[in-house]
Amino acid sequence: MKLNTLLTSAALALGLAVSAAAEDKTKVGFVYVGPVGDGGWTYEHDQGRLAVEEEFGAAVETVYVESVPEGPDAERVMTQMALEGADLIFTTSFGYMDPTINVAKKFPNVKFEHATGYKRADNVSTYSARFYEGRAIQGHIAGKMTKSNIIGYIGSYPIPEVIRGINSAFIHAKKANPDVQFKIVWAYTWFDPAKEADAAKVLIEQGADVVLQHTDSTAPQAAAQAAGNVVTFGQASDMGEYAPFPRVSSIIDDWAPYYIARTKAVMDGTWESTDTWDGIAPGMVKIGEISDAVPVEVKAEALALKDAIAAGEYSPFTGPLNKQDGSVWLAEGETADDGTLAGMNFYVEGIEGDIPQ
Amino acid sequence: MDLSSINPVLLIASLMVAATPILLAAIGELVVEKAGVLNLGVEGMMIVGAISGFAISVNSGSPWLGFVAAAVGGAVLSLLFFFLTQVALANQVASGLALTLFGLGLSALMGQSYVGLKPPAFPTLDIPGLSDLPVVGPILFGHDAMLYLSLALIAGVWAVLKYTRVGLILQAVGENHDAAHALGYKVVRIRMLAILFGGACAGLGGAYISLVRVPQWTEGMTAGVGWIALALVVFASWKPVRVLIGAYLFGGITVLQLNFQAAGVAIPVEYLAMSPYIITILVLVILSADKSGAPASLGRTFHASQ
Repeated sequence: MKLNTLLTSAALALGLAVSAAAEDKTKVGFVYVGPVGDGGWTYEHDQGRLAVEEEFGAAVETVYVESVPEGPDAERVMTQMALEGADLIFTTSFGYMDPTINVAKKFPNVKFEHATGYKRADNVSTYSARFYEGRAIQGHIAGKMTKSNIIGYIGSYPIPEVIRGINSAFIHAKKANPDVQFKIVWAYTWFDPAKEADAAKVLIEQGADVVLQHTDSTAPQAAAQAAGNVVTFGQASDMGEYAPFPRVSSIIDDWAPYYIARTKAVMDGTWESTDTWDGIAPGMVKIGEISDAVPVEVKAEALALKDAIAAGEYSPFTGPLNKQDGSVWLAEGETADDGTLAGMNFYVEGIEGDIPQ
Repeated sequence: MDLSSINPVLLIASLMVAATPILLAAIGELVVEKAGVLNLGVEGMMIVGAISGFAISVNSGSPWLGFVAAAVGGAVLSLLFFFLTQVALANQVASGLALTLFGLGLSALMGQSYVGLKPPAFPTLDIPGLSDLPVVGPILFGHDAMLYLSLALIAGVWAVLKYTRVGLILQAVGENHDAAHALGYKVVRIRMLAILFGGACAGLGGAYISLVRVPQWTEGMTAGVGWIALALVVFASWKPVRVLIGAYLFGGITVLQLNFQAAGVAIPVEYLAMSPYIITILVLVILSADKSGAPASLGRTFHASQ
């Protein structure tokens, strides 16, 4: 995979050198954590890239490098992109946070956009989507659909974004079904189909009949399909090839409007460092079609929940809520502020097990 | 903690599936090393087998054809290793490493248009009556044909090495290729056959990952299984039965640690994640206390003139 990355960057360098003549073009770079064909997270970012190309046509040029490991390799890829004249670089995984900041320091004239992180600079913006709003709807459907009352959850890394998703899903599953229990397995990867498949199989063997995933491949969907009676949800992308069953709904990330707006800002010279965190209402998080495998009334409840969140009438983290140790987190009617959510490092009351440190 | 949620029958059934890719690759490499050749390209041959099998089974709709293609793909790549090390007399370690890197790159190229596709399902054998038996049914009779084939391969290699003339010749070539040559055995040809067998087995192991265990294609999906298979052959002292024990132990603990996590056992995840490696090495080191050594000509270059 590393060799492939190397070859890709070599090819990129070549391509960039050839097109260096077209100086007036705005060059936009994308750094991806998985392959563009992962069917999940990276696939949606690449759809955003294609939308940028579509929108601006000959005025932009986009480049991307896929399957870039989080760490020093990422820094090398970003530096390469900046050296080859990129004006704007999107780095699309949490683990690129420090590399992005490091490279941005060296290239003050290049704009950087880091997804799902929290470190900003004059030329580094951050952006993320409120996936947890979608998790609330998943949690509700999961709570209603489970017969064994055991819901499996494949976590990637124990970072706030993932923990928020687990909490949000659990709170709403519990509301829909007070007997529900979560079994959580940490895969320590964003993308490793073999590991994700093993994790899904283990959860299914331990009685889970609903499996939620915060990893990017469709391997858990395939495992659920093989098991026959297990419900899943598309993660990051629709994963519609597994609909209507096992995949009964999905969270879809729609980055295209954001990528277009930010590219436009660079073209106009109005770009400045911002922190964007959008949810269902502006359309950054979409809920994939709820399939007919879900009973009509559950589907209606889920859609009502979605509408309430979109209208701003309801926040998925609304009190009364306690932390796992029983201490009070949010009082009746109180909602969580963004600061707490961004750094969330605790489970809510009722989830068993510890967050790995 | 709730250990009762771990179903031992399902655990054993799924550890057999998890161990099969390692088993297939390791038994192939065992034969190669018994013939005195060290092929470090197992990982490369596996991943090429994985994509060859995936591509053919998606296009033809037949998983069986896919497995045949995987064996052919792995064998063709191993042929490259044969030419480098047995004809051009290149260093075996360097050639093997090159083979792995080449295989990873080649498979990524071959797989460009296969990302995100679903292969045809590979059916499990359903023997009416037997597969429905409690306990024994899921463990012994509920698997797919490739898993049984891998067990048959182990038994076959064991029997051939122990009881047949072919096995003796193979080991003679591996122990002392000059003596074997002096006796009139075609050292290079025998090694070629062994290398091809190793390549085919590695290809099958790779295809088992992409067609049965996951099943889908992604770059680098063998994720180091080939290296584990290589280490396993050494720790198993080049004995087929110990390879079987080692592979099932490794697969078993891999699955068991995920089960522990899901059951909420209060052991830090990091320790659970490293446990398969440590326990497998420990057990095999203890098993190999009888000092049965490596084939004496392992990794040495042979030329008939010397």
